[in-house]
Amino acid sequence: MSENRNDLLNTVDRIIDEHCARPLRESAEAGEWPAGLWRALEAVGLDRAALPEEAGGSGLAFEDAMLALRRSAYHATPVPLAETMLAGSLLAAAGLAVPQGALSVAPVNTSDRLEFVHGSTRTSVVGVAHRVPWGNLCAQVVVVGELDGKDIVGMVSTSGSVRGVEQNLAGEPRALLGFDHAQLTTFAALPGGLARLQAGGALCRSVQMAGALERALEYSLLYANERVQFGRPIAKFQAIQHMLAQLAGQVAAASAAADAAVEASALAPDEFAVAVAKSRAGEAAGKGAEIAHQVHGAMGYTREHNLHYVTRRLWSWRDEFGNEPHWQRRLGRLVAAHGADALWPMLSGL
Amino acid sequence: MHEFRFDPVAMPAAAEALRSEVRAFIAGEVARGAFTPSRNSWSSFDPDFSRKCGEQGYIGMRWPKQYGGHERSALERYVVTEEMLAGGAPVGAHWIADRQSGQQILRYGSERARSTILPRIAAGVCYFSIGMSEPDSGSDLAAVRTRASKTEGGWKISGTKVWTSGAHMTNYLIALARTAPKEDDRHAGLTQFIVDLSHPGVSVRPIYNLYGGHDFNEVVFDEFFVADDMVMGEPGMGWTLVTSELAFERSGPDRFLSTYQLLLESIRAIGTDPDARSANEIGRFVAHLATLRRMSISVAGMLERGEQPTVEAALVKDVGTAFEREIPETFRQLIPTEPSLGAGTSYAELLGMSILRAPGFTIRGGTREILRGMIARGLGLR
Ligand SMILES: Cc1cc2nc3c(=O)[nH]c(=O)nc-3n(C[C@H](O)[C@H](O)[C@H](O)COP(=O)(O)OP(=O)(O)OC[C@H]3O[C@@H](n4cnc5c(N)ncnc54)[C@H](O)[C@@H]3O)c2cc1C
Repeated sequence: MSENRNDLLNTVDRIIDEHCARPLRESAEAGEWPAGLWRALEAVGLDRAALPEEAGGSGLAFEDAMLALRRSAYHATPVPLAETMLAGSLLAAAGLAVPQGALSVAPVNTSDRLEFVHGSTRTSVVGVAHRVPWGNLCAQVVVVGELDGKDIVGMVSTSGSVRGVEQNLAGEPRALLGFDHAQLTTFAALPGGLARLQAGGALCRSVQMAGALERALEYSLLYANERVQFGRPIAKFQAIQHMLAQLAGQVAAASAAADAAVEASALAPDEFAVAVAKSRAGEAAGKGAEIAHQVHGAMGYTREHNLHYVTRRLWSWRDEFGNEPHWQRRLGRLVAAHGADALWPMLSGL
Repeated sequence: MHEFRFDPVAMPAAAEALRSEVRAFIAGEVARGAFTPSRNSWSSFDPDFSRKCGEQGYIGMRWPKQYGGHERSALERYVVTEEMLAGGAPVGAHWIADRQSGQQILRYGSERARSTILPRIAAGVCYFSIGMSEPDSGSDLAAVRTRASKTEGGWKISGTKVWTSGAHMTNYLIALARTAPKEDDRHAGLTQFIVDLSHPGVSVRPIYNLYGGHDFNEVVFDEFFVADDMVMGEPGMGWTLVTSELAFERSGPDRFLSTYQLLLESIRAIGTDPDARSANEIGRFVAHLATLRRMSISVAGMLERGEQPTVEAALVKDVGTAFEREIPETFRQLIPTEPSLGAGTSYAELLGMSILRAPGFTIRGGTREILRGMIARGLGLR
């Protein structure tokens, strides 16, 4: 790994170390905005890391921005970093300025649609968006929908539109936003429209799952080497070794799939690679979390141990921005429509 | 902790050019009726096709020109092997010689072995088998009982090898034998020998497999003479050699493409407008396949850089063979067919043969359990 990348990882590690202690994690799950943590991430430009430099980005390559996101997920960092990166990149793709501050995106639910309407003096948005990540705590959300049959991205204040707040399994807020002719503060045509938002979100979640899985494996290895039963570390039992070998296989596959999608998506999310990544990482999330918990015994079932910070995220993220069947189906339909003989050229890129 | 890294590898332009060339070659062979894309690509045996591959420069690709090789990169070799498997080409005759035996002879063989054998392998006319397993030595390979004792100018080998794939058709095998009594270090005292199967003192008997096919054999040595210059490396180095040989065996696309033809025909049978469940399953397999391919290419990249990705290779094989085995199990439920024998090239036959061959995928080349043990060691658990 290059020195720059190591620096980047160290930066994320340091911020987590200084600003993300357990009490903060607990208060974030209680619904409080982790202001200090977010400010620290902003201070080093991570919120804008996925933006091109001309759009106010921090000059990192897209792959490095995703590496930072992965590391933040490895640390189960309770902030809308993925959402802010995604929202910013959608604005930038439409040539719009990206504001300061945490942002979210809507709609994220694959069956929600927002409607944009012209008024006499302004353009506004109508409709309901379910489970908008951090939607109650972000002052603004980036919304994608159609205006006069064209794909549009715009921005809208969340003030007055929050109809309810739930949490995902990791205690991250998921807001119900209802827009009743809420005014767009800015808007422009978005190449790719809603599909771009969904694929971008799925890409982020794949990267995050790879990071969380990596941590779950690390916790499991540590625990297996420490925990002694029958006079030896449980790591010496073949059954445990085989479970961990399978976990390592899931982690490696999720990483490889996420890496490939990141590589293909520097300019815009690549549908095929993202579908592969979200399907594969989502499957690894469930299988991986199961093994990690089995290895940890009752200790992993406690609030006390840190394992749940990553596994509860894995169990949430695999269903966000389209679950495995959603993306598998898209892949399957694409492959079937092109016919069996087109599969290998599709896979080998030739 | 050992972190498994499957770093991305950029395919060089030369490899992509080669891809088009190989694909055209295979299409040409299919068009002129030389073969029908086979479900059994690397377990087939077709010397004519191997000879043609030799002429095309598709065997011994990484070896020096001096030994008939082509001094190409590991990634170029990767492209050729995956195109052959994806195209269902009958590459079985030369597969072992190209994948591992030749590679080992190049590194550890005597000058005579290299100069007399390698050019013939590269020409596609000389084939190898693997002489590792024995009746009492499977996963526990160091338990081999075949013995070799020193004699004037060479060694005399006695013992029995089993499951020796293709030995009834190949020219040579590389036999692992004990050359010194077992000591505390059970990995010491083992040696690999190049055995010419046309010489007297060796008999090859068929062992029919579960579907009645004749792939593997029992090979019995009775005071079989091997000259000194057919010893691989130094006497006593056998364990090291076997370990490096197995690394070549494990990470390639042959470890996840065994049922690729069934995947293709299943997609064809399901048609262009699949229902939700079929679309899900096709999509899931494609996601797995794309991921495995990336991991396997990454291992080829490590080989290219001269690294020893033993554990990564074991991991690719473990994940890859599980994938191969799932394909028939899933599609038999989506495309209701009674798997059938004697139905020619129909879907039912392809499905039937895949089901019958599947148990071998997670046994040959090191069982799933042995691989998981190696991965665990890589994780620092042993
Ligand atoms: C199709 C096919 C082709 C083959 N071709 C060749 C060939 O050309 N040349 C050659 O030399 N060999 C060949 N083999 C043999 C192959 O390498 C062996 O079958 C394999 O190494 C396993 O040995 P075994 O069959 O004796 O099983 P065993 O080692 O007896 O294993 C039986 C079961 O016990 C498990 N087991 C064994 N030890 C352990 C352990 N320590 N921990 C946990 N579980 C364990 C195994 O995983 C397996 O499930 C071939 C096998 C097949 C199926």
